[in-house]
Amino acid sequence: MDRIYLDNNATTIVDPRVKEAMEPFYCQQYGNPNSLHSFGTEIHPAMRLAMDRLYSGIGAGDEDDIIVTSCACEGNNHVLKGIYYDLIRNGQKNEIITTQVEHPCIRNCCNFLESLGVTVTYLPVNADGIVDSDTLRRHIHPDKTALVSIMWANNETGLIFPITELADVCRENGVLFHTDAVQAIGKVSVDVSRVPVDFLTFSAHKFHGPKGIGGLFVRQGLKLTPLLHGGEQMGGMRAGTVNVPYLIGMGLAMEMAVNNLAYEDSSIRGLRDQLEDAILTIPDTLVVGKRSLRTPNTILASFRGIEGEAMIWDLNQNGVAASTGSACASESLEPNPTFVAMGISDELAHTGIRFSLSRFSRAEEIDRAATVVRQSAERLRTISSTYNTGK
Amino acid sequence: MAKNDLIGGSLWEQYSAKVSERMNDPRYRGEISEAEAKALGAKLVVADWGAESCGDAVRLYWAVDPKTDRILLAKFKSFGCGTAIASSDVMAELSVGKTVDEALKITNIEVEHKLRDNDETPAIPPQKMHCSVMAYDVIKKAASLYKNVDMASLAEEEIVCECARVSLRTIKDVIRINDLKTVEEITQYTKAGAFCKSCLRPGGHEKRNFYLVDILRDTRAEMEKEKISALAEPRDFEAMNLIQKHRAIENVLDEKIRPALAADGGSMEVVDIREADGAIIVYIRYLGACKGCISSTKGTLQFIENMLHKELAQNIKVLPV
Repeated sequence: MDRIYLDNNATTIVDPRVKEAMEPFYCQQYGNPNSLHSFGTEIHPAMRLAMDRLYSGIGAGDEDDIIVTSCACEGNNHVLKGIYYDLIRNGQKNEIITTQVEHPCIRNCCNFLESLGVTVTYLPVNADGIVDSDTLRRHIHPDKTALVSIMWANNETGLIFPITELADVCRENGVLFHTDAVQAIGKVSVDVSRVPVDFLTFSAHKFHGPKGIGGLFVRQGLKLTPLLHGGEQMGGMRAGTVNVPYLIGMGLAMEMAVNNLAYEDSSIRGLRDQLEDAILTIPDTLVVGKRSLRTPNTILASFRGIEGEAMIWDLNQNGVAASTGSACASESLEPNPTFVAMGISDELAHTGIRFSLSRFSRAEEIDRAATVVRQSAERLRTISSTYNTGK
Repeated sequence: MAKNDLIGGSLWEQYSAKVSERMNDPRYRGEISEAEAKALGAKLVVADWGAESCGDAVRLYWAVDPKTDRILLAKFKSFGCGTAIASSDVMAELSVGKTVDEALKITNIEVEHKLRDNDETPAIPPQKMHCSVMAYDVIKKAASLYKNVDMASLAEEEIVCECARVSLRTIKDVIRINDLKTVEEITQYTKAGAFCKSCLRPGGHEKRNFYLVDILRDTRAEMEKEKISALAEPRDFEAMNLIQKHRAIENVLDEKIRPALAADGGSMEVVDIREADGAIIVYIRYLGACKGCISSTKGTLQFIENMLHKELAQNIKVLPV
């Protein structure tokens, strides 16, 4: 049985062309780009091309920085902890504003900073599941707020946040703005030449690049205390020898992701809508968030009466890979904060199943997945003590 | 942390083959209707436990023979994860053929053991152990419905850790006997808190009546108090300080010696007690008829000293002044 991968918000297949582009940088061009000899310098053209692709992919100018990191988690930590050193520890400001629905790497980093005495405000989402600019405006303090960090798109729901408006509020108040764009690159247009963000993070493996590499955009002229101290790589902003093959791969993956945006928005959106429609024909199901507000690849569905982990187990048995925000499936056993913040009722907080597509998803896979999901829901509802099939 | 913890996402890999099997195809899933129960001449019991909002809910059906209290048939339905489904299935299986009272003795630990592929390897990872507790609770609920009694009346002991079924008494005992000082030690000794960790401290997955941190703190405080009060009243005369020795000597005098002297119209008082060269010297003064009595430096003195030797210690010397 061919398996169907519908968990692309967790990670994606590496595009074979990306893998191919990386190949020469293992055994042929393996020099350290910081070396003065030819083994080092011969890497530079390919690195420059990769960096050009990253810069043009997000609309960065030559005077801006894109620091190559090991992942978005590193980039996010770099921004939050850098701001702590640069603006908070020295007493200039004392507050960070973020949201209740951020990825754990932002949330746990903020929890850590709170333990150091930083005030962190966690903004709630509105009924649509997004943080609106009015909420931010009510909470921002020009004299106190050091940084606002709000994700571009949510990993669980796919809901896209109004980043331009949020960034504008920060500009008006003279507050730095960071966005975690991990779930946005390759799904929606991300252009820092038009959206006034100060810091932006992304990760290659969410857009068919390799795992273990990402980027941190830093607006021209801004300084951040490094997270990693060491050599002079990345202009001293991030020590550590650059993972050359991964960077080459990330550059190409970024270019392809951006070139595929139209396909994503039409074809993938079409397949997503098709799967979503099929799910919604199953009685007592719902999908979180309006379609128009979501990334084109994501569905967070709830099947009344079916616990999330039981469902992904059953789907997995039948060759469909999805994920759940259900507390029971996570190691921490805590209720999903995204669901809690969105005011989704506690019953449904344990039923969420996320399906996320990519440009590698095929129409026939979606057809089969729809059938498997329906069968799975039916089977599990016959076992369910809280779902009355007769009703 | 260790090598095996550094890979991640291994939740399902830790399920036994039996758990997977029961998750995929539970043998006892379904319902029992009134008619089915009647046909067996049995009483139908339908017990619900848990709630969807907690992420776990189970319904247990029993057909019980009212003459023998024996469970003839068991079925279940579940809103729960794989572990909850698999353990409900085993719990239903284990209850068939037992009397209601016997079924009450089935614990989640027995259920977990039944799900093991071999004796050594746990059937489920530690953090999923609490998902099997549900199966135990619903049996209690079903039994209370059948017996028409309050569920609380079926509780034997206060259970602090549901996953490992460790009682409050056991935890207090183990702290006292082994002089445990940390919660980690309690977990090592009893397994309490090793699974879902709700009972470690407030703020975990589930709200509990008792938490290990509180039990440890309170038990240690009790132990400390007892230690001080034991110090205040030591049994061992040697270990006493001078004030305590004085009090102990006075007690012996009051109980054993003064009544005897009083019979002859005499008495005595302690003037001083000193410790010297490993001996305890009790200086006394005779009163009443004892004063100037010829025996007071011989027989009576011997009597007093012997009594103190017998009751307290051999190194006591009594000197009249």
